[in-house]
Amino acid sequence: MKKNFITLPVIIGGFSFACFYATAFAASQASFNPDITLTLDGRYGSYSNDSEYELPGFMLGGEASRGEQGFNLGHNELSFSSNVDDMLFGKLTTVVAEHEGETEVELEEAYIETLSIGDGFTIKAGRFYSDIGYMNNQHPHAWDFTDASLVYRGLFGGQLIDDGLQFSWLVPTQTYFKLGIEATRGGRFPAGGAANDGNGAYAVFAKFGGDVGVSHAWQLGFSHWRADIENRASATHEHGTGVIEVPTYSGESSVNGIDFVWKWAPNGNNREQNLKIQTEYFVRDEEGMVELDGSSPLESTTYLGEQSGWYLQSVYQFIPRWRVGYRYDRLDSDNQGSDSAVLIEAGLDNEGHTPERSTLMLDYSHSEYSRIRLQVSKDDSYEDSDTLMFIQYIVTMGAHGAHRF
Amino acid sequence: MKNMIQLFSVLFFLLMTSPVLASIYVFACEPEWASLVDELGGERVNSYAATTAYQDPHHIEARPSLIAKIRRADLVVCSGAELESGWLPLLLRQAGNNKIKPGKIGYFEAASVVERLDIPVNLDRSSGDVHASGNPHVHLDPRRIQTIAEFLLKRLSEIDPPGSAYYKQRFNDFSQRWQQAIKQWQLQALPLKGQRIVVHHRDWVYLFDWLGIEIAAALEPKPGLPATPGHLSMLTKTLTTEPAKMIVHTPYQNPRAAKRLSQITNMPVVELPYTIGGTEQVNNLFDLFTVSLEKLNGALK
Repeated sequence: MKKNFITLPVIIGGFSFACFYATAFAASQASFNPDITLTLDGRYGSYSNDSEYELPGFMLGGEASRGEQGFNLGHNELSFSSNVDDMLFGKLTTVVAEHEGETEVELEEAYIETLSIGDGFTIKAGRFYSDIGYMNNQHPHAWDFTDASLVYRGLFGGQLIDDGLQFSWLVPTQTYFKLGIEATRGGRFPAGGAANDGNGAYAVFAKFGGDVGVSHAWQLGFSHWRADIENRASATHEHGTGVIEVPTYSGESSVNGIDFVWKWAPNGNNREQNLKIQTEYFVRDEEGMVELDGSSPLESTTYLGEQSGWYLQSVYQFIPRWRVGYRYDRLDSDNQGSDSAVLIEAGLDNEGHTPERSTLMLDYSHSEYSRIRLQVSKDDSYEDSDTLMFIQYIVTMGAHGAHRF
Repeated sequence: MKNMIQLFSVLFFLLMTSPVLASIYVFACEPEWASLVDELGGERVNSYAATTAYQDPHHIEARPSLIAKIRRADLVVCSGAELESGWLPLLLRQAGNNKIKPGKIGYFEAASVVERLDIPVNLDRSSGDVHASGNPHVHLDPRRIQTIAEFLLKRLSEIDPPGSAYYKQRFNDFSQRWQQAIKQWQLQALPLKGQRIVVHHRDWVYLFDWLGIEIAAALEPKPGLPATPGHLSMLTKTLTTEPAKMIVHTPYQNPRAAKRLSQITNMPVVELPYTIGGTEQVNNLFDLFTVSLEKLNGALK
């Protein structure tokens, strides 16, 4: 749970800056400069069981949790973006969240991107969502469900965000074909440790896509991610004696994934009705050492792990404004080590359990800018089966959001 | 013999000026602009329309196929005035094509070269999905089409200087036929002047402004929001005191609300083509206005 903390005055400053621009440019110009988007997200959550969340076989990190019970705030986001000049585009996204009673601002995106290299080439630098997979580069408010799929939660701690450089090329073919490579710091989960002097992680991806007639569109993607990891910390493990042990991992890690999306709308007019089917599969291989930081004497084990997971979801807008969706998640793991007791303490023993989850959601969007959602899950992440319920609102204000595929 | 020489010189002239293979790729956001580009560009351009008459141009996703198409474009022709603000900026950023960035000669917004109506005094989303730069559906006024064609001619000639004489000649030809057609349409539309018509969305502002038709009401309570039973019953009341002649909608709008109102008020519902391909008969901009006027006049009787 490493975060960048900025104090409250900065948030207030950011908001008044946003307000200034919104009013200064609203009446005079066609578009705001910079574009400002404010997203508000609030929830009510309820669980049927109170035990601590775990995913047996997976070392948890990042934002891997069920979320909070009762009334709580989700992903409230303030985003600025603009063309810098004729060469560059820039974007900054901050998330304002409350963690244990303290208001924090997390820097979610801060990048520049080239506008005019041409020939299909684009370079991006800074902090950005990795373009691996399909869902990874989507902001949480654009998700079709309140929470991330289990495979993203288990492997990436929610989403893969990192600091670095991305180079992509849109190949000049009739069918959409994009190739990309990312070199990043690897300072955040699931890399951790910023091994190799702050350039510890790499990703490559390839995306294909097209239309079938006017009513169907599809996209297929392949991704690979790898990192040399030094001391990646995961969820703490507390013994009754008050000693806190933090399982840490050092070694190699690589993830391979495939994603596929199919969309249908009668005559390609998604306003009235549309259907979206999406699925992703990832598998991660790791080889290295796991230590329990804080244990005395230091407990450690060799570790050879394979963890995989997939989800399949479908969302159907049956009449304007109303959508219904279903998602099925499943994870699997096979982890070996010299000391199975340490593996168990690190959460790497799958306890003979296969995490799975079924989720149903219904949402209503009064306009393009507001949405209210009800979601119910039967969650078998671990042995104690859980029934989760969320009611969520998401609204966006300011610049018109992008209709991503 | 003299005839032979004339024939040869004509043939020679035709060969010299006949266009080579299509050289300019044009990505048009809507079919009306692809059609206008074809009128001016003829065989020198290869146009692609990103949307059809059955798709709401406000609500298009930046699909992979569109990214692949815009990647190879030499010229992008769109309505502008934020009609495509949900998808065009994203396509442009994803394309990595520096010829078509806003500000470059490969980027053309039709609405930016004509006067726009419905420019909001206050920008507030509680008034619905309003466009800060005014109503973007400018292609439904043939006088504005004429102005847009003039600007488009300049743009095509800048992008493809060897073709400028060809474009100029095609423009003159188009212009002449267009002016002729406008005169005819204005005569055809005389019975429509001063009539009150209910619209689904304010797509028709420019057409009605040209013909002197009054918008009696809109089925959408606010721009972009679907009709509600409450709003329809309010409309029924207004329309009993101040009746209107008909209800019009585009091919991409669901006629459900229009039909419901029609059942109560006995007004006919007219689906106008809105753009190229909106009905089978509409294959170019000339057909668009001819068919639209036929349908409007037909419903008046």
